[in-house]
Amino acid sequence: MARDVKIDNMSVVFGTKMQRKAAIELLDEDMTADEIREETGATVAVKNLSIEIEEGELFVIVGLSGSGKSSLIRTLNLLNRPARGTITVGGQDLTELSSSGLRSYRRNDASMVFQNFALLSHRTVMQNVEYPLEVQGVAREKRRQTAQDAIDLVGLSGWENHMPNQLSGGMRQRVGLARALTNDPELLLMDEPYSALDPLIRRNMQDELLKLEDEMDRTILFITHDMNEAFRLGDRIALMKDAEIVQIGTPDEFFDKPASDYVRDFIADVDKTRILKVRSIMHRPGYVAKLGDSVKETREALKERDMDFCYVTDKNRKFQGYIRFEDLQKSRGQTINKLVNEDDTVIYRNAYLREAWHKLKEAEYDLPVVDGKGRLRGVLDYNVVVEALAD
Amino acid sequence: MWQTIRDFPERLYFDYSVYIDRFVDWLSNTFEWLFDIIRDVILTMFDGVEFVLGVMPWWLYIGLLFIAGWRLYNVKTGVILSLLLFLIGVSGLWDEMIYTLAIIFISVFISFLIGLPTGILMSKSSRLESVLKPILDGMQTLPSFVYLIPALMLLGIGRVPAVFATTIYAVPPLIRLTFLGIKNVDEQVIEAGISFGSTPMQMLFKIELPQALATIAAGLNQTTMMAVAMVVIASMIGARGIGQEVLIAIRQINVGDGFVAGLAIVFVAIILDRLLQGVTARFDQTMETE
Repeated sequence: MARDVKIDNMSVVFGTKMQRKAAIELLDEDMTADEIREETGATVAVKNLSIEIEEGELFVIVGLSGSGKSSLIRTLNLLNRPARGTITVGGQDLTELSSSGLRSYRRNDASMVFQNFALLSHRTVMQNVEYPLEVQGVAREKRRQTAQDAIDLVGLSGWENHMPNQLSGGMRQRVGLARALTNDPELLLMDEPYSALDPLIRRNMQDELLKLEDEMDRTILFITHDMNEAFRLGDRIALMKDAEIVQIGTPDEFFDKPASDYVRDFIADVDKTRILKVRSIMHRPGYVAKLGDSVKETREALKERDMDFCYVTDKNRKFQGYIRFEDLQKSRGQTINKLVNEDDTVIYRNAYLREAWHKLKEAEYDLPVVDGKGRLRGVLDYNVVVEALAD
Repeated sequence: MWQTIRDFPERLYFDYSVYIDRFVDWLSNTFEWLFDIIRDVILTMFDGVEFVLGVMPWWLYIGLLFIAGWRLYNVKTGVILSLLLFLIGVSGLWDEMIYTLAIIFISVFISFLIGLPTGILMSKSSRLESVLKPILDGMQTLPSFVYLIPALMLLGIGRVPAVFATTIYAVPPLIRLTFLGIKNVDEQVIEAGISFGSTPMQMLFKIELPQALATIAAGLNQTTMMAVAMVVIASMIGARGIGQEVLIAIRQINVGDGFVAGLAIVFVAIILDRLLQGVTARFDQTMETE
């Protein structure tokens, strides 16, 4: 079961006891975090912030360094304690947990993936991944099994007995992710997990996260300073600046209605081809033939619709190829099966336009769009892509 | 005239050594039972260690040392280390070396029992840290002879006070490096441990101590080297061994004998240092994060 997260009027303040006390009194005044720091010496990292995150949502918090995003995510397992306000996860207010209640929450309900991986360098990959279960006292055999599943899931099978220093950065973060998944948390906290990786690996990891997220039922809170990453991953995004939220919304809403010039500046560099997904601009195929259909029937159908060709699937809607109208006219056969041009240039519906762009140029006709099981789901039109990228 | 102004006035002389004497007397009388226990425990340890060290034939030492040097480094190091040990035997100091080694091992062992927990506590309590740091600094700057005096007064002469003095002299680096090792564990690794719900004990035994192991091993190495240095000085309060040979040679102004015994101490130091560093390097190898 995924959990919803409700943060209500929450503030995080750093400083000495005296400084914090003075700063907390100023929180409700009309002052920025900077002004409060000048006045009291305390750093207000998060100021009067409220967010509601739905169950199963992939929520991204984005902002420059020092904007308070890391301080925010670290309140969700109380690595930072809020100066005031409440954090409710699945109906439970974290600030009211006893120390054993908090330990149990950390063990079972929320896991964190760290920016610099934070692996235990004295333990093998396997021992790292089973650590969360080990502290819970899970029996060796059982935790081995669970940890192995997590290792397989992130694609590190075969590396179980390697030490972290033998792995590349990307692989280390896979270990970090596997470790965070072993205790099957309902809330996954990812604190700039891919920022330390080089861009190519980063994109791979993002894709894999989306794939995992598709299969998992858990709420994910993801922190990043990279707007492209935020838009690629997030169902919703919150942009933070100076300890406060500037705008919350879906990627579309950010483009359509940027809340301020700051937001506009922030998304100026965002490459739309990497953010817009194929499925959001594809259209339904006009007529689809099935293997075993008669030539005559298909010919009539295409003629009626004035189409030059149509796609062909099998009984399970699995994409097979396409068939030309001119071939249908010449043919004297019974079924269309022999006339099908087999074609493997297809595009995954969750792919980004950037990928589609290259394939569109290769393709002879429009690009068929398929889902994860290879079923035909739509058609991507060259003109539509150009149009989508233009505005 | 000038003399009366220049010289320190005798009227201000104050002899507080009597009070120290009285304090030590009081200490040794009141805690006689405690020092008896300490003496008995240390003597029992001597029996055990000397039995183990004495039961092995000389060639087995040399053989084992060769294998250790070879496995930790290479054949050449194995040969050199075992050759150094052989030379100690050639100098006619084998039995003295065994005796000295017994003092060193027992002192290092006790240092470890005291130093490790103290270092851990120090890393957990900033109050203890602020109390212990100046004491440790003081202990390391104090001339090593000074430790002989309380040892002598509380435990008499012989190898027991030698162990006592050696332990006190040798323990600071182990405390300091245990403290440092734990303090320097990567902050994110600590947070990872906390974030998965580790108890304080789990943090200590599963994360902090293993992460600090290489540093603690370096501390143990330093402690051992300090013990080797102190064991020579401890011969002044009646501990036998190689140190005594040096002492006798100095008294008799016998340069040759003194040099031979001094070299034997150096060889012991080199052998122990290499062995411990080799083991430490092993930890480091598997621990490096970058």
